[in-house]
Amino acid sequence: MYVAVKGGAAAIESSWRLLETQRRGDTALAELSVAQIRAQLTLAVDRVMSEGSLYDPELAALAIKQASGDLMEAIFLLRAYRTTLPRLGYSEPLDTARIALVRRISATFKEVPGGQLLGPTYDYTQRLLDFALLAEGDSTGTPPAAIGTPPASLDAKLTARLEKTVAPGTPSATVPRINELLAREGLLETPQPFDAAAPGDLTRDPLMFPADRALRLQALARGDEGWLLAMGYSTQRGYANSHPFAGEIRRGFVSVELVPDELGFAIDIGDLEVTECQMINQFSGSREVPPQFTQGYGLAFGGAERKTMAMALVDRALRAGELGEPRVAPAQDEEFVLSHADNVEASGFVQHLKLPHYVDFQAELALVRKLRVAHAEAARDKPVTPVHPEPVEAPALSLPKGLRPAQPERKDVPTFGHGKNPTQQEVA
Amino acid sequence: MDPHYNFAFLDERTKKHIRRALLKAVAVPGYQVPFGSREMPFAYGWGTGGVQITASIIGLNDVLKVIDQGADDTTNAVNIRRFFARTTGVATTEKTREATLIQTRHRIPEVPLTESQTLVYQVPMPEPLSKLEPSRRETITMHALSEYGLMHVRLYEDIAQLGAISHAYDYPVMVNERYLMSPSPIPKFDNPKMHMNPALQLFGAGREKRLYAIPPYTPVRSLDFEDHPFEVQHWDHACALCGASESYLDEMIVDDAGSRLFVCSDSDYCAQRRDAGQVGTQQAVTLHDALAPSPAAFTPSEREAA
Repeated sequence: MYVAVKGGAAAIESSWRLLETQRRGDTALAELSVAQIRAQLTLAVDRVMSEGSLYDPELAALAIKQASGDLMEAIFLLRAYRTTLPRLGYSEPLDTARIALVRRISATFKEVPGGQLLGPTYDYTQRLLDFALLAEGDSTGTPPAAIGTPPASLDAKLTARLEKTVAPGTPSATVPRINELLAREGLLETPQPFDAAAPGDLTRDPLMFPADRALRLQALARGDEGWLLAMGYSTQRGYANSHPFAGEIRRGFVSVELVPDELGFAIDIGDLEVTECQMINQFSGSREVPPQFTQGYGLAFGGAERKTMAMALVDRALRAGELGEPRVAPAQDEEFVLSHADNVEASGFVQHLKLPHYVDFQAELALVRKLRVAHAEAARDKPVTPVHPEPVEAPALSLPKGLRPAQPERKDVPTFGHGKNPTQQEVA
Repeated sequence: MDPHYNFAFLDERTKKHIRRALLKAVAVPGYQVPFGSREMPFAYGWGTGGVQITASIIGLNDVLKVIDQGADDTTNAVNIRRFFARTTGVATTEKTREATLIQTRHRIPEVPLTESQTLVYQVPMPEPLSKLEPSRRETITMHALSEYGLMHVRLYEDIAQLGAISHAYDYPVMVNERYLMSPSPIPKFDNPKMHMNPALQLFGAGREKRLYAIPPYTPVRSLDFEDHPFEVQHWDHACALCGASESYLDEMIVDDAGSRLFVCSDSDYCAQRRDAGQVGTQQAVTLHDALAPSPAAFTPSEREAA
C-alpha cells in the first residue's frame, strides 16, 4: 500500500544541521569572528546596514556571518530583527555639511571650499590581484613600496576615522555643500518639501502612488544596489537622458540629533558614517522656469559610493513629472522603479516558486488535459486537419480552433497531434 | 513559549494597526485595504501576510491549524505552525473540526467550516486585475468605478481562442456583487466554498501590503457567462487511499513508466475517511495522451502508408 510522504518537520531539522555545517566550512581552519567581519569586510557591512535599514555594524557583521556571506540573506536577517525594535522617535535632519570627512570629491569644480580629499578609493588601484594578501600572516595595510609617502598628519587622521578609533563627539568641521554654493547664484533649482507635514515613513505605512520625494528617497535608500545601478545606468544610455555631473560625493561621520519631548532641545545621540552624492543635471528650462541645473540625491550608510551615485541618477529620473519632462523611460516610472527596488521583497517572491504548487499545477494539468481532449474531438470531427495548416488564402475571418476550413488531404503530413508517436507507427 | 518575543511575535501596536485594517476589510467585503505590513522572519511570498493576520488575531484559547496545498505536513506549513507554537504556546491541531483558526495556502479544507472558525489565506498577488493592468494606481481607480469590463473581455477571449476559460486557479470572483477579488491561488474547485460560508475569511498579502475579507454569509460569485457557466474540476478517478470522489486530488508520479496515483490533497480529510474505514483502490493508473492516435482512429489511407 502506498504511504503518503511525511516528515516535513524532520527534513527541516536536518536542513538546519546541514546549513550549519555549510556555514562553518572546514573546521581545520579557525572560525571567522564577527569582530573580524566588522573590521575587515567593512563595505559588505555597510551595504547590509543600508539595505537592511539599520545602523548597527556589529549586528550586520553577525548577519553576514550567519548568512555565509550571502549579503541579501544578511539584509533579510537584519530587516527581520529591525522590525521587532520599538520606534522611539524621529531624529532631526542630518546636517551633512557638518562632517568629519573621510573622502570628498567634486567632478564639477577643480577647487572647492573645504578642498578635495581623495580618501580610500578603489578608483586608482590598478585592479591587479595583490598576491601578497595570499600570504598567511598579518598584513598591516602598508601600501606597495613604489607608492610615495603621504603627508603623515592627514593620513593619521583619516586612518583613525576609518578605524573608528576617534573619540565620539569629536567636533566636525563645517564643509559647505557645493550645491548650496550653486543655488546661491540661482543656477540650481532646489526642491522644497511639498508641505509642512512631517515626511511619511515607508516602514510604518504602505507605499502608495504617486509617492512624494521623501518616500521615494526612503525607498531608494533601502533599495537594491544592483537594481539602482542598472536603472541609473539606463538613464545614461538614453532611456531618459539625464546629462549628469557628479557635483559632489562626500563620505564621513555626521552626528545624529534628537529632540526628546521632555527636553525640547536637540541632543547628540551618536555618529553615523554616511556617503552622500549630489548629482547636477542639465535642464534647459521651460516657459515658466529659466534655464538652470537640477539635482538628484543619494545617501547611504558607510562607504557606498556606487549605490549613492546610482540612487542620485534614479532620483533625478523620477523627478520627471515634477520638472515637466515627458515620462518615456522605465527609470522615470516611479511605480515600476520603486515597486521592484526592495531586494528582500524581490528575493522572497522569486524564491517562493520553490514552495509546493502541487494544487495549482494539478489545476493546470486538468485544464490542459481537458483542452487536449476537446482538441482531439474537434480533430476527429474533421480528421484531415493537418498539423501545420498551410496558409489559407485570403481568410475572410479567423475561425476558432476546430473550425478550420477543410484542407486537401496530404499523405506526408501526420493526421493528428504534434508529430507521430513512434510506438503507434510500429503498431500500424 | 519563547520569552524573547512578544506574544505572537508582533508588538501590540502593530497588531492593533492590523486589526483596525481588518475591521475595515470586513466592513467593505472584497475591498483591498492597504496596511503597514511589517518585515517578518519569513521571506516575502512565503506567507508573511497570512502570518501577520494570524499573529494579530490569535488568542490564548485558539487552536491553530496550518495547511499548505491542503496538507499539514508540507515544510512551509510545518514551519509556520512551529513559529506560532514557539511565539504563542497555543494548541495546534491537524484536524479541521478542532481548529478555531486555520491558516492556509492554496486550499480551502474539504470539511465545511463553521461560524466559530476563521480561515486566513496567504495571498501572493491580491490585485485580480494585475495581469491586465500592472499599475496599482490605475487598478485602484478601476475598483472604485467597478470598471471590470477588462476582466470579462479577458475571459471571453479565452473562450473564443481556447473554447474554455483558462483560469484553473486564482479564478476571479465578485464579492457581495461589488468588488472583484482574487481568491488567492486556490483551485477554482474551492471557489464555491467561499460563497455564503459561515466562517470569517481573511486574506493577507504581506509583500503587496494589502488585506481583505469575506465576512460570514457573504455572496461570492465566480465570474462566468450565461452560455459558459462556471464549473469546477472533475477527475476520472477517486482518491486511491480513501476512495473519495468529491475531493480535490493531488497527482503523484509513482514509477519510471509514469504511472499516476491520485490522492486527496486535503490530508486531514483523507485520514478521517480512512479512519472511518473507507478504502480506495490503492492502485496507480496509466494515463493516455488524448491526442495520440489510437488504432481505431486510424484512417485506411494511413494504414496503407504505414
